[in-house]
Formats: sequence, structure tokens, C-alpha cells
Amino acid sequence: MEGLGGTAPSGPRVPGLGLGWVLGRRRPPAPLLAAGIVVGAAAMLPAAYLLIVVAGDLGPALEVAFDADTALLVARTLGLAAAVTATAIAIALPVGWLTVRTDLPARRLWTTLLTLPLVIPSYVGAYLFVAALGPNGLLQDLLGVEQLPSIYGFAGAWLVLSLFTYPLVLLPVRSTLRRLDPQLEDAARAMGRTPTETFRSVVMPQLWPALAVGGLLVALYVISDFGAVSIMRFDTITNELYLTYKSSFDRTAAAGLGAVLVVLMLLALWLNSRIRNARATHRLGPGPARPPRAYPLGRWRWPALAGCGLLALAALVLPVAVLVYWSTKGISAGSTTIEFAAGLAANSLMTGVGAAIFGALAALVLAVLVGRFPSPLSRALERLGHAGFALPGIVVALALVFFATRAAPALYQTLTMLIFALTVHYLPLAIGPIGASLAQVSPRVEEAARGLGRGPIEVFRSITVPLVRGGILAGAALVFLHAVKELPATLILAPIGFETLATEIWTQTSFGFYEASAIPSLILLAIAAPPLYLLSERGTVTA
Amino acid sequence: MPTVRQVTVTLLALASLALGACSATSEDSGGGPAEPETEGITLYSGRIAAAIGGAVDIYEEAADRDVQVRFAETGDLAATLVEEGSNSPADVFFAQEPGAIGAVAEQGLLADLPQGILDRVPPQFRDPEGRWVGITGRARTLAYGDDTERSELPDSPLELTDSRWRSRVGWAPVTDSLQQYVTALRLEYGDEVARDWVEGMIANDAVDYPNNVAVRDAIANGEIDVGLLNHYYVAQAIAAEGPEYPVHVYFPPKGLGSLLLLTSAGVLESSDRKGEAFDFIRSLLAPESQRYFTASSKEYPLARGVEPDPSLSVPLDEIPVPRGDLNDIAEVQATIELLQDAGAL
Repeated sequence: MEGLGGTAPSGPRVPGLGLGWVLGRRRPPAPLLAAGIVVGAAAMLPAAYLLIVVAGDLGPALEVAFDADTALLVARTLGLAAAVTATAIAIALPVGWLTVRTDLPARRLWTTLLTLPLVIPSYVGAYLFVAALGPNGLLQDLLGVEQLPSIYGFAGAWLVLSLFTYPLVLLPVRSTLRRLDPQLEDAARAMGRTPTETFRSVVMPQLWPALAVGGLLVALYVISDFGAVSIMRFDTITNELYLTYKSSFDRTAAAGLGAVLVVLMLLALWLNSRIRNARATHRLGPGPARPPRAYPLGRWRWPALAGCGLLALAALVLPVAVLVYWSTKGISAGSTTIEFAAGLAANSLMTGVGAAIFGALAALVLAVLVGRFPSPLSRALERLGHAGFALPGIVVALALVFFATRAAPALYQTLTMLIFALTVHYLPLAIGPIGASLAQVSPRVEEAARGLGRGPIEVFRSITVPLVRGGILAGAALVFLHAVKELPATLILAPIGFETLATEIWTQTSFGFYEASAIPSLILLAIAAPPLYLLSERGTVTA
Repeated sequence: MPTVRQVTVTLLALASLALGACSATSEDSGGGPAEPETEGITLYSGRIAAAIGGAVDIYEEAADRDVQVRFAETGDLAATLVEEGSNSPADVFFAQEPGAIGAVAEQGLLADLPQGILDRVPPQFRDPEGRWVGITGRARTLAYGDDTERSELPDSPLELTDSRWRSRVGWAPVTDSLQQYVTALRLEYGDEVARDWVEGMIANDAVDYPNNVAVRDAIANGEIDVGLLNHYYVAQAIAAEGPEYPVHVYFPPKGLGSLLLLTSAGVLESSDRKGEAFDFIRSLLAPESQRYFTASSKEYPLARGVEPDPSLSVPLDEIPVPRGDLNDIAEVQATIELLQDAGAL
């Protein structure tokens, strides 16, 4: 692609400004660049807010950031993030392969079931696991034993976060596998390679970008998670940050910890780009002319089914069973009417869809910039785009409180502001899948269309978008799934009286009525299932 | 399989719906077109609707004003108020925990309350500088499960460091209420006693929970025998589940056996509806609202002359009120440092 720079369509040149090295050899069109800068700036708001607070009270903030306790917290946070990321990849890789490239029975159903755990908010998931596996929980009652090994601490946090985040890797892995060019594998097989060798030498290299983006999202999710770690009693930076807001109202100390999270995020991004650069993918043709072949599982069918079944049992059936059990317990009797629940669901849908559209659009801008017009600037913008996801919801919310009340008071606490906040927070979820699918489309296809006299917008619309639509839909779905369960920003930035399923879950749990939160949790799962099912349809292959 | 066009059309339709609702919302906040009541104050409430809804209704009815309520965690709302500064849309802040409203007051964001409002509660239940007033009291105390005999219970929570309570006690050091108890210990007996107690609890394998509800539930399912928590968590569970509920409240008679913690309210200095905001707080302290709080949430009414719910068997004046100001930021910080040094946080 670098070699094609000269013949490629390029935006207006900016001679004499000395910006050539920043903008790269292929200049992006000005509107695209402008859109990218707007997205990057918006995504930077939470980090900028932290900087402003830290700079306002530098000494104490740095003292917190460089404290010995903070170093220990960083170690614990990194340990948890590494363990969860490795586990998520170890789960997602085989499941992705089984559901895309084999004749596993009911692949579409498995795909939906095994992606759904993403919808369970980590605080609900963790609470359910404590209820199920904790001391005197359901499992202990069921087994009739005196004591089970403790699930609190690292083990519990690792288990819950792994089970509820592996779909973040599964989705990009699946969308990459779907678009693999089967001719490569055929060629490898024809040259006598075994299926295992073919997988290692042909498929794996193409999967690295998907694993890198998925793994990055899992790692960022873990470092910014509060729900699971607080319930599982495992101290991380984010847990400490919430504690600082909650108990001492010390915004400087909290911002100091937030700044540490930003550094951890930069570290994760750097590692991620190292992996991606070291394993640059081959760009081959427009994609498969025919769907990839499904490998027959043969006698492996039963172990594969058992594995998927076990995973679905732990990550979905168990939590849902507890929810159903609670919702029938009747403690919530009278508290939830159908109209009320429908209203909550409509509000959740509205915010989720809004964030999904803007998140996917913003991510597309960044992905096209970095994928088609690589330059230090576009790479920087794409990295900045990730800032919102590494920070806990409360920091994103307070950042927008800070900026909106000063710069855009008319928009403060409107639905527009909420959707904007959720877009900033969850945009990185869409960058990964869109970028990965764009990487699989050769720029030569677009250039060929340009050569036939089509304009750049026409080419983008008629060639690029259809080829990356799997990634766009996956990205939008990920933003949607996270936006509907988001809590602190929703509580603070939504219009007054605007209640969603997530705020209802919060209302019930904060009053101690965990059972009453079961119904909104189940509705949340129900509205998330259709988009996941639609997405999974694209995974079907012919035998 | 849906085409991109179909998906795009659907998404755009939903987006326009969202934008429509959005503009409708901003109209609402502008004029409140269809509302029979006149638009009134905006309340930031750290207490959920189930805890204060009835009191808001009482005011709305009497004043013929519509109160806009934003519900969120007290600490998050305090942080939000600090970031909003003088641009806050809020008129009143109703805090679940006193530390939060103290922090907002320290930033100079709360207006002085009229003496008439302050005088509705005894002096120990209000800010000495008159910026906030206590609305209800919640007793910090002990709870125990059916497996434990009442006669076995200690005379003071300070005795829970005794080895016979090893691994049998639950607490939630991250909660404001536990931290306030430790602050009260420090102010009553000095840092040394408080530190010894916290270290003794940890050495005695006190079980750590994320919140009061988790402590209560752990007693209910036999995970632990005794827990440090607020009385109304138990009172509410008994109200919901019936008298057979396996957890009971116990007020130890000695050594800071229990502690009264306040929910409190203040008016934002930036409010341009201060008159109505003061009226709202007067309404919260009026007998009708105070009876609502004690009947529904089993909290102690703080306004003079209102009787607590019959289920609150220990009279208000027998529950120790903390010596000194538990909301003082310096004290809160000192307690957190103590808890951190001891390894409880």
C-alpha cells in the first residue's frame, strides 16, 4: 500500500506548511481529516478533564499517582487485565472457529448464546456469581456441602470478568474468520499442509489484528471496571478511584488515579500496536468470492458441543437462571408494570441506538483515516479515540459535566448530551471491528473503482462500506450493548426523569432489592438478543 | 439477511425518533407544556425514589409545584455539584450520607439556611454553620442472625475483636457509614483506640463486604453471625419478608454501641429559586413528611415533636450522637488514612 502512494487518490496537498510528515504521504481529504480531528478531540475530553484537575493541584495529585500503594494497585490491575485478556482469547479463539468454520450443529444459536454474556452488566454478573457460588449460595445448597472454595478476590474477579468480556474478542475473531479468503487455505492444503499447519501458518496470521483489537478492548474494560472488582473485593485502580470519590470527595486524588489509568491505557495501546505491526496482515483481493469451507468435526462434534454447552452454562444459563428465579420470587410484586417496563426499554433502546450510530460513524472515520491514510496524525487520532474506554464511567460523566456546564449549558443533561457521552465512552468498541474488517479490504479494489471514473464518495459508498459492513454492524452492536447497561454517566447526564433499564436495576439494587432488579436485567438481555442474532447470521457457511 | 441499506434506514428512523424525543425533552425543561403543576425546583437526590417519593409528593401537592428529581449515588452527585459549580441546575441537594453534603458545603456551594428551618431540629442534627439540616436519622449498630443467642452478644462493638468472634463478624469498610463510625471512635476515644479496634477487627478475620446490604444478606444466609450495619436495612427486610426474617437489630449498651447518622439537605448558593427551595426543606421537616419517612423507611424523624415508628424500640435520645463533626473533611481523610494504613481499604 505504501508503494501505491503515488497513484492513489489524494486530498488537497498542503504545500509549504511543513506538515508533510504529520499528514503522511497520502493526504486525507480535508473533510475526513476535519471529522477525524473532531472525533479525536471529543474522545480526549475525559483525559483533558483529568489533566485540568491534576494541573490545578499538581502536588497532591502527583503524590497520589506516585504513591507506593498506587504502585501496588497498578500491579494488581495489570495482573488482572493480563489474566482476563489471556483467558478471553483462549475462550474466543476456539469458539470463533467452531461457530464460523466447522459444521458444529446450531452454529447460529451458539453464536447468539455465547455473545449474550456481554449484555450482563458486570455488577449484576458478579452479584449473581456471589449468589450462586458464594458462601451459602445456590450451588452450595444444591450440593449440600459445608463449604466451597472462596470466590472472592483475584479468582472471583478473574472468573466474572473473563466470562462477561470474552465476547469482545469473539466478535472480531468471527468477523475476520468470515471474511478469510478460502483460496489461501486451499492452496496450503493442496501443497500438503495438514489442517493444523494450515491454521497456524495461514489463518492465525490473519487473526492477529482481531485478537489484538479484541484483547485491547478486554484489557481496557478490565482496568476501567468497577462493578465486578468491588463485589469480588479485589482492589484495582478504578476501585480505588471510586472509593476516593465516594468516601473522601477528593477530586484531585481521584484525578491522580485517573491519570494513572490514562498511562495504563497508553501502555495497552502501545503493546497492541506492537503486536499489530509485528504481524502485518496480507491484503488479498476483495475478499472471498465464495464462502469459506466448513470443516467437518466428525468425532470431535461431541466434545465441541460439550465445550460450548459448558461455556453457555457458566456465562449465560447460570446468571439467567438466577435472574429468572429471583423474578419469580415476587419481592418485586407490583413494582414493575408492563407499561413501565416498556417505557424503560424504549428509553434504553433510544440511547443505545443513538450511541451505536454515532459510535460507528466516528469509528469509521478513524478507521478509514488510519487504514487508508496512514500518518503519525491519523495514528495519533485513532489512539486518542480509545481514551474514553479506559476510564471509568464516572470520570467520563464528570468530564462532560465540567465541559458542558461551561461550554454548552443548553445541551447539559439532555438526551443529546447523554448519547454524546456514551459515544465518547464506547467509541473504541467500534474502532476495532471496523478497522479489522477494513484491513481485509485491499485498497487496490477501491483504486480500481476510482480508475473506472467513480468519485471518492461513490467508491466509499458502493465499494468500501459493503465490504466492511460486517465490521460496522459488529462495532455498532458492541457500542449498543455497552451503552444500554452504562450507569454513572446515564444517571448524571440523562434528562431529569429519563429512566432506563440500567437505572432501574440501579434503583432496585441500591435499595437492596437485588431480586427486583431481575426483571429489568432480563428485559435488557431480551432487547440485546436480536442485534446479536442478526450479527450471527453472517457467520453461516456452506458445508 | 438485512442489507446495509435496510439497517441504515432502520437506524436513521430510530435516530430521528431519538432526536425527536430529545427536542421534546428540552421543550419540557423549558416550559412544561402539558403539566398541570407549575414547574418547580430541581432536586439532586442521593436517596432513591422509594425512600423520598412520598415526601416529594407531599410538597408537590401542598405547593402546587412540580419537583424535578435527579437520582444518583450521593457521592457522584456531590462530585457533579463540585464540577458544575455556579452553573448547577440543582436547587436542593438531599444527601444520603453527611460526608457528601459537607464536601459540597466546604466548596462554598451551599446557601445559608434561614434560622427558622434550622430550629426545627435539635442543634446536634444540623450544620453548626447553618448550611445544611438533618432530615432523618439512621442508627449505626449491630445486627445478628438466628444462630446467635442474644445473651451472647457483646456490650459494645469494641469487644468484637475478642477471639470468640473470630471470622464471625462482617463489616463494609468502604461504606460511608462504617467510616463515620470509625471517625466517631476517634473523636470519642482517640486515634489509638480506633486504630487498635480496626487492626483488631482485621486480625480477627472480620469479613469484608462491599455494602451494608451484602452484610445483612450474609447474616441472613449464615455466612457470618454478626454484622456492623445500619438498623433500617434490617427493618426494611423484616417489613418486606415478614417477622420470621432471620436477622435482628441489637443496640449494644456500652462503648459507642451505636451511632446516629444523618441524611441531610441543603440549598445551592447558585439557585435562583431559593425561596421555593427553602419551602421544600420546610416541607421535608413538617410532621406529615417526617411521619412518612419513619413509617416507610424506618428512619428516625429528626424534627422536634414527631414520634418514631413503633418498630424503632430504642428512643432517639438513647442513641449516641457523634461527638464533633463527622463531616469535617480533615476528619474523614484522617479516618480513611487510618483504615488504609491498617489495611482495611
